[in-house]
Amino acid sequence: MQGWRTQKRVFATIATGPVLWLLLFFIIPLAVLWAYSFGRNVGLTEIEISGTFANYAKAIEPLYLQIFGKSIAVAALTTFICLIVGFPVALAITFATPKYKPWLLLGIMLPFWTNLLIRTYALMAVLRTEGYANQSLGSLWQLSSNARVVLGLQPLDAFEPLHLLYNNFAVVLGLVYVHLPFMVLPLYAALDRLDRSLIEASLDLGAGHFRTLLTIVAPLAAPGIISGVVITFVPALGAYLTPDLLGGTDSQMIANVIERQFKRANDWPFGSALSFMLMYATFIMIAWQAQRERKLMRTGTGIGPDVGVRA
Amino acid sequence: MTTFPPNRVVQDNAAIKPIIQIRNVTKRFGQLAAVDDVSLDIMPGEFFVLLGPSGCGKTTLLRMIAGFELPTEGQILIDGQDMTGVPPNQRPVNMVFQSYAVFPHMNVRDNVAYGLKIARTPKKDIRDRVDEALALVKLDGLGDRMPDQLSGGQRQRVALARSLVMRPKVLLLDEPLSALDAKLRAAMQFELADLQEKVGITFVTVTHDQDEALSMASRIAVVNKGLIAQMATPSDLYEYPANRFVADFVGSVNLFEGKLIVDEPERAVVECPELGRVYINHGVTGPHEGTVHVALRPEKISLYRQGEAPPAPDAPVGHNLADGVIKGMSYLGDITVFQILMPSGQVMRVSRPNLSRFDQEDFTWEDRVSMRWHSSSPVVLLA
Repeated sequence: MQGWRTQKRVFATIATGPVLWLLLFFIIPLAVLWAYSFGRNVGLTEIEISGTFANYAKAIEPLYLQIFGKSIAVAALTTFICLIVGFPVALAITFATPKYKPWLLLGIMLPFWTNLLIRTYALMAVLRTEGYANQSLGSLWQLSSNARVVLGLQPLDAFEPLHLLYNNFAVVLGLVYVHLPFMVLPLYAALDRLDRSLIEASLDLGAGHFRTLLTIVAPLAAPGIISGVVITFVPALGAYLTPDLLGGTDSQMIANVIERQFKRANDWPFGSALSFMLMYATFIMIAWQAQRERKLMRTGTGIGPDVGVRA
Repeated sequence: MTTFPPNRVVQDNAAIKPIIQIRNVTKRFGQLAAVDDVSLDIMPGEFFVLLGPSGCGKTTLLRMIAGFELPTEGQILIDGQDMTGVPPNQRPVNMVFQSYAVFPHMNVRDNVAYGLKIARTPKKDIRDRVDEALALVKLDGLGDRMPDQLSGGQRQRVALARSLVMRPKVLLLDEPLSALDAKLRAAMQFELADLQEKVGITFVTVTHDQDEALSMASRIAVVNKGLIAQMATPSDLYEYPANRFVADFVGSVNLFEGKLIVDEPERAVVECPELGRVYINHGVTGPHEGTVHVALRPEKISLYRQGEAPPAPDAPVGHNLADGVIKGMSYLGDITVFQILMPSGQVMRVSRPNLSRFDQEDFTWEDRVSMRWHSSSPVVLLA
């Protein structure tokens, strides 16, 4: 491989396409939005860019800050659940026999091949009042009720279906369901790189499995954990479809509010300002990750399994 | 255990109990038996080496002692205790890994203290014992370094200190020197042997390097295809190999097939079609059907110009003598190794010490030479 420095013309040829693409469909629209965020509506479709900060002032009003805060809380909870659920899954894949490993990884990636909308509707089919979850619970309820009759006890009251859909629970469940692979894959990548003899050394020195997990595996997998946290948290924070379809009236997240500004409210300047607020929050997250990663690299934690055999 | 006198066998003191007893241990991975019905005892204070080519099962055996692999059949006892069902973190042994497995996110001191902290040793004791261990491996003053600030040799010392600080009954070392460069390896061989003597802990080491095994071990088990080919002291292993595999694997050797035509208590003669008659000053014991192999070490053969070899003092005329032409020479500094083509078409390896500066000029390519050896030098191998 030649560096781009020595093959400037080749590099320019290859890079032109993507650069143009990014410029045309990402940078320019974003710049337009950024400009809008300092403007105000002067007609139904006309926006005057007046350099006002009114939109940002409105964005930090308690009502919107509260939605921001709630979005962050929901995204954080989603990330946390993904981490707790994803870590054992990643561990299991790491230590699976080579025969099953590709299949398990495939199982994790399979949902990516299905449309998000379809996956979300599938979840609705499970969660709704007459859905699979309530049906299963209902039959269990009926069974235990019958069992009580057999034992000569009073039968149970009629089954009250649980309200599993259109609330915060459904939103978090949906977000975890959608984002779990984003957590599992970087965790798996980090764990798979881990030198197994480090784990064996810990066991050999008397540590139990749980202690080894906490003192050896988790710190050494820290770069993977941070990557997983960021790439789960960032899209979860901007989630739109999931809270829209699974959430109730009180579970709207910031993306839903932004959507409303652009559509029903027809307040593009304010929607733009909210969008940029969200983007700044995301940037802060990513900057934090980069900072952490650099620090980990400095202390040698980020170094792979080859560290031991360098003579 | 066939050709060497009985007093050569290592005498186990009956009063001392073995620290490790491996009893009929078999380990199968699928159909393959990595370790095949192995039994051996390791005595306290020994520097025991498992020597064998890669894939022979020696590492599997070591890992079974540590508890990382479970025997398919058989039993391992450590200090008289059956280890079946005892996990690695509860065994009175510690291991130094081939990659050293020094925890990269902890400094040297925390690495060494890791096991003691888990054992809930009082803080002051931890400090003292870590200092002591670091001094033992000559790492004093480097306690605050991170592993990536250490050389390979230093990392290995950390791994050693981390295990020794636990005061295990047995220290297991998996290819401890394989990742070091040649100079450092030679120095560490002596240092490991010295360290073992100092701490008095039983060392069990796995290696594929015969020099390493010969220089460090008090006893060596040569492992081949999951079986123990021979178990003996380094010098017995070299001078009295029990079979062709050991003769060939430990040191270099010239092997010839032959028929045993005389076998008496004080003498034996093997007729080798490719070498001539080999006279041996002791009888051959053990079962054989006449066809045997003769092993002759390169350094036990003397080289003369053709026809100038004086008659052998301890063999009948025409025995222990062969002619040939020098077809290859490698000058190694301390010795020169010759490849000598014999009329039979076989090549004999002969090594000759360069006692004076001009010795390497004595013989050269295409010289016709005679080779002679003492009647105590050849080893008759039945297997």
